[in-house]
Amino acid sequence: MLRDFIRHFSLIVVPLVAVFAVLPAVYDNHLLLFNFVIFLALAQGVNIIYGFTGYLPFGYVGFFGAGAYGFAIVVMHLNAPALVAVAIAGLVAVLLGLLLTPLLRLTGAYFSIANLAAALAVLHFVANPALEAVTRGPYGVSLTGTFNPTMAYATALGILALTLAIVVFLKNSSFGLALQAVREDPVSAAMAGVPVVRMRVIAWLASALVAGLAGGAFAWYVSVFYPDNVFSSEFSIFAIVFALFGGVATIVGPIIGVLILYGVYNLIGFTTPQYFQLIYGLLIMGLVLFLPAGLVSLATRRGWHVP
Amino acid sequence: MSRDGVLRVTDLVKRFGGFFALGGLSFHVSPGEILGLVGPNGSGKTTAINVISGLYAPDGGSVTFDDAAIGGTVSHKLVHLGINRTFQVPKPFLSLTVRQNVEVARAYGGRRAGATVTDDLLAEYRLAEYADRPAADLNSVQQKLLDLVRALATRPRLLLLDELAAGLNPTELDWISSKIKALAQRGTAIIVVEHLMGFIAQVTDRVIVMNAGKEIFEGTLAVAVQVPQVIEVFLGGEHAA
Ligand SMILES: Nc1ncnc2c1ncn2[C@@H]1O[C@H](COP(=O)(O)OP(=O)(O)OP(=O)(O)O)[C@@H](O)[C@H]1O
Ligand SMILES: [Mg+2]
Repeated sequence: MLRDFIRHFSLIVVPLVAVFAVLPAVYDNHLLLFNFVIFLALAQGVNIIYGFTGYLPFGYVGFFGAGAYGFAIVVMHLNAPALVAVAIAGLVAVLLGLLLTPLLRLTGAYFSIANLAAALAVLHFVANPALEAVTRGPYGVSLTGTFNPTMAYATALGILALTLAIVVFLKNSSFGLALQAVREDPVSAAMAGVPVVRMRVIAWLASALVAGLAGGAFAWYVSVFYPDNVFSSEFSIFAIVFALFGGVATIVGPIIGVLILYGVYNLIGFTTPQYFQLIYGLLIMGLVLFLPAGLVSLATRRGWHVP
Repeated sequence: MSRDGVLRVTDLVKRFGGFFALGGLSFHVSPGEILGLVGPNGSGKTTAINVISGLYAPDGGSVTFDDAAIGGTVSHKLVHLGINRTFQVPKPFLSLTVRQNVEVARAYGGRRAGATVTDDLLAEYRLAEYADRPAADLNSVQQKLLDLVRALATRPRLLLLDELAAGLNPTELDWISSKIKALAQRGTAIIVVEHLMGFIAQVTDRVIVMNAGKEIFEGTLAVAVQVPQVIEVFLGGEHAA
């Protein structure tokens, strides 16, 4: 298992991160590259909680936004260095995750809807004018003091590497196997000796951590934003669609999903926006109808092993 | 370990709403013993297994294992104490491979799995050739055997088998009963829930006959079939054969 971990890490994670480390030198649209990195991390965060435990987090952006505001608040009020603030962004999301652990008692659509409601609640809490002194309420934050896109991009890359390491671990450990067992049948998993509740909470907090860190890096990179920007449901929807499109419970599935779908999104979205919605919609419908287990199932159906 | 049993169930009560699925059930089973739990449909056999294996907390009475009260303890802790089971409707991890199904139990079963090697167990229960296929590819008899192998991978001292034999052909029945007897000979206490009386006669040392959530008879099957009360609940039902 350790050998597979090292193999997957060096054959998938290292090349991907290396490519995104070099790209800014040869490609000018740095914001686009940054967004790719953020979505790669978020799609893997969804993979951790949905792919390995079966909870579909419609409100995943709640952790992202909480991280962004965690970053902003400690920068604004405590003058925290940006890297420390990113770590705090992750911590804030984990604390929010802890607060929301009762949601894990729900299953299926009930969980997804409750999670969505929770994300909206956090948004309205942050955007509440009564909290203007702390969060700047609906008026948004401006963090000119920490503005440093190059460092923020590098940090996002580090977060992506960490996230991928978590997924590679899940894919190659009995811990990850036990999580999948819980996803398949919690009663049987308990009879295999798996502490079901603890496993779910750990996966939940790990996925919260990923989104919180990504939110912190995002806040650092853009430095000016409003609550609606960092709590936009587009983050949840995109991350979920990308992960599902490629195929969850694999390492490469969500990566393929982001590269193809976010690539297409930016390609058609800019050049021929009138066709974009149509093509995007058809692509997703086709996938759900013909490849419900994602693109990787083209290979797994043939009996090929997909890492 | 107490003299008269690894597991002792006393006045066990389990309610679903106002309905008493178990209404004061008492029995015990000793190490190395095979106890049959029989009774008509809906008499509470599966519910008894569910309570003993931690799926439900009891609403009354007690369950002790090695003299320690275990009523209401969560399943994975009971597994670590040495209790395991199979399911009447098998419950494998469908998308995981057959081998992975067992590996999870070996990794998390917690009882110093030591000697049990997954592939040996799979071979012993005729699942070796499916080891790398998803459990969903197995037929229902094979899925039941996988349930059993998963349970055995945790090296239970008390094994609860809920209608393991249903659906087996006569040759397979002989084969599985010799397996169950061999497990008991190594000291495992085993509770066998089954409607097939021939099978019960073949494997059990003693039976408990249940009706409406209570035991109405305790002793050997040979004696049971002569007790009027047993004949009434049983032979009156559809399982006369
Ligand atoms: N989760 C539950 N909720 C409500 N009622 C239940 C539940 N589980 C069992 N029951 C009821 O409890 C009674 C006993 O069920 P149980 O499954 O224990 O019977 P059984 O002896 O195993 O029957 P069978 O031989 O058909 O498997 C039945 O009337 C059943 O409908
Ligand atoms: Mg039953």
